Amino acid sequence: MGAPEVIERGLAVIGGGPAGLAAAIAAKEAGADVVLIERDRILGGILNQCIHDGFGLHRFGEALSGPEYAGRFIDRQRELGIPVMRNTIVLKLSRDRRLLTSQAGRLTEIRAGAVVLATGCRERPRGALSIPGHRPSGVYTAGAAQSFVNMENIMPGKRVCILGSGDIGLIMARRMTLEGAKVEAVFEIMPWSGGLPRNIRQCLSDYGIPLFLSTTIVGVSGMGRLEGVTAARVDERGQPVKGTERFFPCDTLLLSVGLIPENELAREAGIALDPLTGGALADENCMTDAEGIFSCGNALHVHDLADMASEEAERAGRCAAAYVSGGPLSPGGPSVEIRPGLNVRYVVPGRVSLPGASRGRDGVALAFRVTAPRREAVVRITGGDVTVREERYPRLHPAEMVWTRLRGEDLGGLEKRVRALEVNVL
Amino acid sequence: MSGSTIKGEFLCVVCPNGCILEAEYEEKGEGGRELIFFAGNRCARGEKWVRQEIEDPMRTISSSILVRGGDFPLASVRTTAPIPLTKVRDVMDEIRKAALDAPLYIGQVVLVNPAGAETNIIVTRGVAALRHR
Ligand code: SF4
Repeated sequence: MGAPEVIERGLAVIGGGPAGLAAAIAAKEAGADVVLIERDRILGGILNQCIHDGFGLHRFGEALSGPEYAGRFIDRQRELGIPVMRNTIVLKLSRDRRLLTSQAGRLTEIRAGAVVLATGCRERPRGALSIPGHRPSGVYTAGAAQSFVNMENIMPGKRVCILGSGDIGLIMARRMTLEGAKVEAVFEIMPWSGGLPRNIRQCLSDYGIPLFLSTTIVGVSGMGRLEGVTAARVDERGQPVKGTERFFPCDTLLLSVGLIPENELAREAGIALDPLTGGALADENCMTDAEGIFSCGNALHVHDLADMASEEAERAGRCAAAYVSGGPLSPGGPSVEIRPGLNVRYVVPGRVSLPGASRGRDGVALAFRVTAPRREAVVRITGGDVTVREERYPRLHPAEMVWTRLRGEDLGGLEKRVRALEVNVL
Repeated sequence: MSGSTIKGEFLCVVCPNGCILEAEYEEKGEGGRELIFFAGNRCARGEKWVRQEIEDPMRTISSSILVRGGDFPLASVRTTAPIPLTKVRDVMDEIRKAALDAPLYIGQVVLVNPAGAETNIIVTRGVAALRHR
């Protein structure tokens, strides 16, 4: 193989899904010289296989399917003439914003003024679950099954059990039922569902599919093909309770047990990651600890709505464009860490510059998730002994990300020595 | 034949309050249901919602349709308007029976009033025609 061709670009966006498209468009509109890199032959990423509707309600005020939602962005990308490198994988990223890419073995080095990581997320695989038993065929992640059914016209099986009540699993329960399969049950180890209430009703209740909470799979049977799973109730510590085992015959098991931000490139580049989100540690501009490298969408933290991933990505795209043109991203000045406090699983961004938050009317967006469902919740953001902001919510759920804002007026009373703010839910 | 009474909890999804409604309804045969008791809603929209959910739930559906001569074997499709849940199976059968020639474009109407439902079925992912080499 010869030496890679070297090209220079203002901004390289890695990933052509909902986040990458939105970031590239926002950056182009801000005047940046953008190239979009996509590993697949079509743009849209995971949206292409998400044929159910509900996308775009925030952004377009209508319920679109995933491909249509992507289509709106792809139309705009074409209008703006943003160049796309398709079928291209990024082999290596370095902190000084050099990318080594490969398109069918043809290597290109891109020297970019800024980089946006919009690589999305992947599904937690079976290995991470340690289900004992043989390894019969017929066990798939829910997303893989979604791709088979919706893209390739392949039905993975006829009699299905689903482990985990994440939204993709719920949506696949309905999808496979409509395609003629019998979905026997969905098992969720937590005492509450991992998916949105709407999906529980429309994907499970509508078709009489039972959801077993506080239940997990303790064994799989079958030598060649899967023949069934054994489920058992779990106690408060998540340990199976003896004597509660029950066998469910099935030829297919779908795993919908969580999504993890995809950050191999960032990790290899030595970019600091947040162990709580699995995404990069980023500031309010979506910039990582590597100068000029930004992260957004599901690569930064797993979103439940594509609309919000796109909105966050636009911010990343605009900030990356500003970085390339040398404009100030933040006015500089002191910054504070943002930490999850009581009953909060994680908060994004992990760091906010105080003058940045004080600029403009809108301040900066904070996204967080609660650890358990709560009613009549009080969200209290504190800095040392001072409460900087308090909000009330009728209902919070781990499956639904909470978005709030931190504004200049909230931070006025903050003492100089305060280094961190904590988001608490009471 | 007198129907059986069923109790259930319904999480209202109309607004972020997410009231949990307790409801009782009667199964009247042939999928017919009648709401006979409800409580827990904070406003009238919740009542309207739970009545609809129990007596005549409406749903949108998405699926895929076979494509001949396309660069993908399937195009995704959806309803343009919600249809009664009781009609979902029939509409799915119509979608499954259809096969179309590429190319197909987003928004293209491929079925009109399938199974008599007041909706159209439109393409939601375009499929290009296969290039012969
Ligand atoms: S009953 Fe009314 S207040 Fe309660 S969730 Fe429904 S719409 Fe909101």
